[in-house]
Amino acid sequence: MYPAKFDYLVPESLDEALSTLSERGDEVKILAGGQSLIPMMKLRFAAPETLMDINRIPDLGWISHNRGSDEAHIGPAEHHWPSSNGSGKPTLRIGALARHNDVVRSEAAKANHTVSSAAPWIADPIVRNLGTMVGSLAHHDPEGDWASVMLACGATVALASTAGTRTVDIDDFLVDMFATSCQPNEMVIAVEVKAHSDRGGGNYQKLERKVGDYATVGVATCLELGDDGNIAAAGLALTSVYAHNLKVPDAEAVLVGQAPSDELFAEAGRIAAAACDPASDSRGSADYKRHVVSVFTERGLAESLKIAQGGQT
Amino acid sequence: MNVNVTINGAEKSADVEPRLLLVDFIRSTLKMTGTHIGCDTTSCGVCTILLDGTPVKSCTLFAVQANGRSITTVEGLKQNGELSAMQQAFKEHHGLQCGFCTPAMMLVGTAFIEDNPDPTDDDVRWAISGNLCRCTGYMNIVKSIQAAAATTREGASS
Repeated sequence: MYPAKFDYLVPESLDEALSTLSERGDEVKILAGGQSLIPMMKLRFAAPETLMDINRIPDLGWISHNRGSDEAHIGPAEHHWPSSNGSGKPTLRIGALARHNDVVRSEAAKANHTVSSAAPWIADPIVRNLGTMVGSLAHHDPEGDWASVMLACGATVALASTAGTRTVDIDDFLVDMFATSCQPNEMVIAVEVKAHSDRGGGNYQKLERKVGDYATVGVATCLELGDDGNIAAAGLALTSVYAHNLKVPDAEAVLVGQAPSDELFAEAGRIAAAACDPASDSRGSADYKRHVVSVFTERGLAESLKIAQGGQT
Repeated sequence: MNVNVTINGAEKSADVEPRLLLVDFIRSTLKMTGTHIGCDTTSCGVCTILLDGTPVKSCTLFAVQANGRSITTVEGLKQNGELSAMQQAFKEHHGLQCGFCTPAMMLVGTAFIEDNPDPTDDDVRWAISGNLCRCTGYMNIVKSIQAAAATTREGASS
């Protein structure tokens, strides 16, 4: 299988890449890990006139745990992040060329338990050596795992152009399948999620027929407990059981303000199962998948709670 | 576009189209056929090579992306004309039947035991989970990688 012909550009700096995008972004597709894009080009679902390989741009593969405004040095290449975004809250930031396996191995990435729990479940070990988290989000396969993690955790995406860098909430970034709000003159250079506090936890549950397959069902969860031990914040999003990654605000709302319990988590699971709309296919019937959503929601929340209560790191 | 690579220690260069896949550059341009093509869809892993020491699927990478980088294929595993510890272990423990997935399995195994010199069987199975074998049931592949890890540990401690 061979892709259609394309021009190949290989910029050696971010400025050079952004200049190219500002001049001819309409015809350019960005190549990062290529583990989704190249298969699509081989099937000719994608046929970009120009492929811009960003892999030679230095300093884009960073993963940093920004512990807050009291810390002056918060990781390499932090200048890529817009300075106006200083909320002072601890966050995890992941640069455009951080590979999935970089996230698996990263100490910094453990700052967000949903992220660190999902990373080993992305694709397969060989694909994880090249594929990138930011590339997955920018590609926006509607059955991708990372988008659910980001929706559950309330991520922010940084988009760079020659005009500067802007940030977009993940809900606004993910427009439709294979479509995002990244403009032709822009490049996604990083994504940011909240770091969990020592009273927070998160988890990703994934059922797959075989390693490297799409999720049959995926469930991303995260929790923060308040000083009273009640749930202060909750995130829940589902993979492969709707036309796109599905955030479930009703289930999140039922959790917030409550004391954590098995009954409460079961209720969230029922709401999630009712909110999704899975297709019956070779991976399972709709009823089966809906059942797995409720079970995984309970399990994921229980796992998140265990971490939040200090039972596990 | 000109591509220069160091493959198994030898420098090679060729003028290629940007859309030439790395696996075809290795097999057709450089005439080294130890690297196989299976599914051609990033699933089976038989085209795995080491790029600067890291396993990647060469059907899902363009040759131009490897410009200036170092490639190891199965032809580069032998050392001083002798089988490497991994190759020897696959031979002794019958870590193959038809042999089609074997070059990739040995390369993945070689990179894996460098990172994890004393793995559990589960670690090994996880490491090779991006590589399909349709003959062996994986039992002897796991055994072979474990044996190579043991040999390498003994070599390091002696």
